[in-house]
Amino acid sequence: MINTSSCAQSLTTFDGLPLKEKLRRAERRRKIKAAGLVAPLFFFLLITFLIPILLLLYRAVENPEILEVMPLTAEAIQSWDGSGIPGEPVFAALAADLRQASKDRTVGNAGKRLNYDITGFRSMLIGTARKISKIKTEPDSYRDTILGIDKRWGEVRYWAAVRRAATPYTDFYLLASIDLERDSEGNIIRQPKERALYIRVFVRTFWMSFVVTIWCLLLGYPVAWMLASLPVRYSNLLMILVLLPFWTSLLVRTASWIIVLQKEGIINKILLWTHLSSDPLQLVFNRFGVYVAMIHILLPFMILPLYSVMKNIPPSYMRAASSLGANPIVAFLKVYLPQSMPGISAGCLLVYILAIGYYITPALVGGPKDQMLSYFIAFFTNNTINWGMASGLAVLLLAATIVLYIVFNRFIGVERLRMG
Amino acid sequence: MKQLKFSNKGVLITFISAVLALTLIIGMGIPTKSEARDLTVVSWGGAYQEAQRKAYFNPYMKQTGKKVLDESYNGEMAKIKAMVEADNVTWDVVQVEAPELINACEQGLLEIIDWSKIGPKSDFIPDAVMGECGVGTIVWATVLAYDADKIKGEGPKSWADFWNIKKWSGKRALRKSAKFSMEIALMADGVLPTDIYKTLSTEEGIQRAFNKLDELKPHLQWWEAGAQPPQWLAAGDVVMTSAYNGRISAAIKEGRNFKIVWNGQCYALDSWVIVKGTPNIDQAYEFIKFSSQPKNQAVSAAAIPYGPTHVKAVAAVDPKIAADLPTYPANLKGSLAVDAEWWVDHQEELNERFNVWAAK
Repeated sequence: MINTSSCAQSLTTFDGLPLKEKLRRAERRRKIKAAGLVAPLFFFLLITFLIPILLLLYRAVENPEILEVMPLTAEAIQSWDGSGIPGEPVFAALAADLRQASKDRTVGNAGKRLNYDITGFRSMLIGTARKISKIKTEPDSYRDTILGIDKRWGEVRYWAAVRRAATPYTDFYLLASIDLERDSEGNIIRQPKERALYIRVFVRTFWMSFVVTIWCLLLGYPVAWMLASLPVRYSNLLMILVLLPFWTSLLVRTASWIIVLQKEGIINKILLWTHLSSDPLQLVFNRFGVYVAMIHILLPFMILPLYSVMKNIPPSYMRAASSLGANPIVAFLKVYLPQSMPGISAGCLLVYILAIGYYITPALVGGPKDQMLSYFIAFFTNNTINWGMASGLAVLLLAATIVLYIVFNRFIGVERLRMG
Repeated sequence: MKQLKFSNKGVLITFISAVLALTLIIGMGIPTKSEARDLTVVSWGGAYQEAQRKAYFNPYMKQTGKKVLDESYNGEMAKIKAMVEADNVTWDVVQVEAPELINACEQGLLEIIDWSKIGPKSDFIPDAVMGECGVGTIVWATVLAYDADKIKGEGPKSWADFWNIKKWSGKRALRKSAKFSMEIALMADGVLPTDIYKTLSTEEGIQRAFNKLDELKPHLQWWEAGAQPPQWLAAGDVVMTSAYNGRISAAIKEGRNFKIVWNGQCYALDSWVIVKGTPNIDQAYEFIKFSSQPKNQAVSAAAIPYGPTHVKAVAAVDPKIAADLPTYPANLKGSLAVDAEWWVDHQEELNERFNVWAAK
């Protein structure tokens, strides 16, 4: 028998080092190796994915235009109490800033920023800058001079907009992304209803993704079941039919749906020919067309996880259930369905999260009522170069996706997912 | 021992791959600084760029022996902004619309034109030399177009007819933007072209335009790319549409029986600009000067009927072709000059309201 207590102190490996130390070294080496294996991908993702995303999100709160272009005005307006027109020092600062900015050709940047808040501010600022640069002599009162150039400088709301824009960070874009804005006193208010859009787009994005997910599940479940229960010879062939469109370019598939569904497309021709309909139906450039195309494109993302889970459900379970007296429906509900749950949740999560960010398909197949949030992000990024607004919407979309993921994790558990 | 050896090898492999990956990333991350490269000219693609290749790019290459690369885009200023901000300019000469010209110029994304390198301003029509950063190159128009094979008998004559669902049933298409939609709606409602922007500057005017659009909303389909309207007309998806005049003319050339209604055309100017900080600035000027010469502009106008901007080119165009140009005197009757300056001020608000309206 070995005396354990005395042995613990003297346990050493063959080269004389204590076992504990040796174990720790081995453990450390294993960790370094693991980290080393992950490191290339980690750095790659960090540099090409995470940092650019963080930089873009930063633009949602960044507010540099006025501070850079009109630094004197930005400083002077801080002492303004917000009621009545500011005093002479603020006007003098404005004149000095605008002169300098005209020289540097940067007035446009400030004008564009202020125009987000009040329509027409851009031309007012640029017009004022142009005229004030022409005045070479020092006037008695900049206040009177500037008010003489444009009497709108006598309105409080323009000055309030300047003061709101003269901070290093702003909530302007984030508020605008949920149809809110600040009034002249700085209180958060709802945007007038003819401008409020994004909450509706958010709800629409989530609703459309939900409908697509449900349809994918309804259509994909039987297919996955068939793939899993057929002999390999046939199921491989069917699998290729599922995968073939999966490998085809997204753009090609979307464009082919336009051709199939258009007024003189195949579907309408068949409907007219068989006299099922007397007029060609409007099948594309509306919600119906978007649903059809999106469901078709996302279906493999539902079928594949379902298939991999169903493949592992032994068929003997269903046979056991029926031999114990369950009719097929009960056997399916009580035995098969619960076991395929991990596949259902994996497929739904995958399809839902992919659908939320869809852009090309609704843009090409949908009408203006069918555009999802990504369309507006692209609109602000490319068309109007309002990157603050694009980032604001992106932040909200990302936040919503993360919240969804957390909720999903809480109730179903990501560790239960099986992707094959 | 064997185990140990393996793990050492594993570490070595990881290390090497990490180094490789990093080099790869760094290699991709460092922008290739603007070395000597060929002049890159960017335009709108499609039938129009084909015409430009014939009128400008190829003759310029032949005459100077220098190479020109041509790329196409859809008018997004984002790429130019990113280029200038990153100080890695890969486009030299770009053709832009008037509001973008004003906006980009004010934001310092474009070079200010040195007219001594182009020629006297008086050689051009007045609108073409208005912008500080651009040299006007074509006058193009948004017009009402329809397929005379589908509408037999009397066709529409104005935007008011565009709204006449009883007489001409079927879907209509407009460009999905506040620009043009607002103007067209007001013209259809009987506002004179000269009063359009005055009316649109008031809240009642904007409301009036939206009310008019409301009437037609169930019958409207929206296009975004210039190639869509002729396609939809040909496919019978829509019975009439707004469209760029050159695209309709190109389809007519291909044998389509399309008709253009010049009454109520909205015309605007496109300009050449030079991206700020380009290493090819001298060649850029040389190219713009070359493409502004009357005989070259006349070749372009003959290939695709957009109006030239050089005074002598206007006169040099073949009279048969001239009748298809937006600038032809008879076509200018009842026309609207799109006010770029006004749109730069109002686009944010009106685009937003237009999106809200369209989404309802």
